[in-house]
Amino acid sequence: MVGIGMSLLAQVRLTRGSLVLDLEVAAHEGEVVAVLGPNGAGKTSLLRALAGLLPLTEGRITLDGMVLEDPGATIFVPPEQRRVGMVFQDYLLFPHLSVLENVAFGLRSRGVRAATTRARGWLERVGLADLADVRPTALSGGQAQRVALARALATEPRLLLLDEPLSALDVTIRADTRRDLRRHLANVSGIRLVVTHDPLEAMALADRLMVIEGGRLVQSGRAAEVTARPRSRYVADLVGVNLFRGRAKGTEVELETGGALTVADQAHGDVFAVIHPRAVAVFRQRPDGTPRNVWPLRAVDIDLHGDRVRVRLMGTVTIVAEVTPAALADLGLAEGRKVWAAVKATEISVYPA
Amino acid sequence: MFRGRQPVPLPIGILAGAGAAFFILPLIGLMLRAPWANLWPDLTAPESLLALRLSLVASLSATALALVLGLPLAWIYARVVFPGRTVLRALTTLPMVLPPVVGGVALLMAFGRRGLLGQILDAAFGIRLPFTTAGAVMAETFVAMPFLVLTVEAGLRSMDRRYEDAARTLGAGRWTVLRRVTLPLVAPSLFAGAVLCWARALGEFGATITFAGNFPGRTQTLPLAVYLALETRPDAAILLSLVLLVVSLVVLVVLRDRWLGSA
Repeated sequence: MVGIGMSLLAQVRLTRGSLVLDLEVAAHEGEVVAVLGPNGAGKTSLLRALAGLLPLTEGRITLDGMVLEDPGATIFVPPEQRRVGMVFQDYLLFPHLSVLENVAFGLRSRGVRAATTRARGWLERVGLADLADVRPTALSGGQAQRVALARALATEPRLLLLDEPLSALDVTIRADTRRDLRRHLANVSGIRLVVTHDPLEAMALADRLMVIEGGRLVQSGRAAEVTARPRSRYVADLVGVNLFRGRAKGTEVELETGGALTVADQAHGDVFAVIHPRAVAVFRQRPDGTPRNVWPLRAVDIDLHGDRVRVRLMGTVTIVAEVTPAALADLGLAEGRKVWAAVKATEISVYPA
Repeated sequence: MFRGRQPVPLPIGILAGAGAAFFILPLIGLMLRAPWANLWPDLTAPESLLALRLSLVASLSATALALVLGLPLAWIYARVVFPGRTVLRALTTLPMVLPPVVGGVALLMAFGRRGLLGQILDAAFGIRLPFTTAGAVMAETFVAMPFLVLTVEAGLRSMDRRYEDAARTLGAGRWTVLRRVTLPLVAPSLFAGAVLCWARALGEFGATITFAGNFPGRTQTLPLAVYLALETRPDAAILLSLVLLVVSLVVLVVLRDRWLGSA
């Protein structure tokens, strides 16, 4: 296993209903890692496992060189003794305690003296000192999010887990809250793991992305790498590109789904090929000229994306093309209409699968 | 007279009216026949005071006992899965439907001087429970505790357990979680359960008279006093009944949000 010098090393294996979670997480001190994945991918289960709220069936969790859990060796450090903090998706502020007492809760539980004074300090850091005495029910979503963050940070966890920290918020305040959250995350030590299904959030908050699907890690790396070279349909859809998988022989790629692509660079073996929808040209008649990849296809779905139109075309290949509304009108494009699509070999990027 | 939007069919209206009258007439009878002039002297008569005080002591003790024993039981029913849970739960809620007299007889078989546990208590410690105030408390607890257990269990089941998870990630051990999160969050159920339990204990008659007997000042609680006074001092019986009626009304008002919330 890789990860010498990592302060978090976790092999997580557990079954929860139909979900089988089986993946490894490693992170350096000071790193912010985003866990990105569709609903039901096991993101929340992963966080709960790391916090000790969901026991592993197999695997091992090590934080700062200390083994927190190892079912094989019957080691299980209970959640309250792990230095792991968690911000829950809907924050879960204790409704019967004031904002200040919510933030002081962890300090009191750990027997810290002057818990109230320190809690007040944390409330000041998130800019909510004047709301210390109100009940959580009186807070707005954004305020509740900051209180939940202060409550988790007050215990100075070595590993901070954030479960969809912004998803409960109005779109209108999300950008501001995201900026605040990013600043707070940058100002604390330890490892921070943010679960999200929003790629924008992941890229804004994290140094590194981990993409999980169906309980498994499908891709990991810096945001730019992940988005430039998607390795799953989910990531490709998030980024908004066409993803193909196939077998390359020189400049020919035989696609798994049938059909073939002609690419500019030589490649061999299993590969992914990515085509941006803007690179797909659509014609009424078979085009003349140099494009190497030309298919007669049928338009099955037409969607407006901002000031562009995305058209899903089906035939020997299934591909999404992006055109302007004007082009759409010129082509007389409608669902069910037959058209020709063309992609230049140089517009296709190919990388090993 | 009926201003609801839906017209009420006549037969339904008549039967419903009779049904309502069935409950309201006895109350009116009680109010009309109450010797209001003798209110104070009758209520403060030594026999009445004795019964009032004993009832208060016994029912509050029964509620306290039900809290001490019933809270852990409710917690286990709500949180622990074990074989036989359903059967055990059914057995411990049986007193809600069991005729109280049967409860009293069963208590005698268990805690009576010749009862299963009773003879051991008697032989080993010289403790005799039947026909004592402690016995009256036991009889009331036996009948009333299921109300508390079921109410608290429902509260525990409906609370969001992730609050407990949140508390644990903040460093709270099991006891701290229970004391600072679980109990405060189920406090409304706890309160409602305790009030229900107390009201049931206060009105207990059958199990008490069977297991604890009818000794003034020791086991003669308000309902027992009412029943006996009906022969000798009917005015006092009516007034003591009114006391119990007022208590019941107060309980109903206190718990109205729980039962009549949408009405």
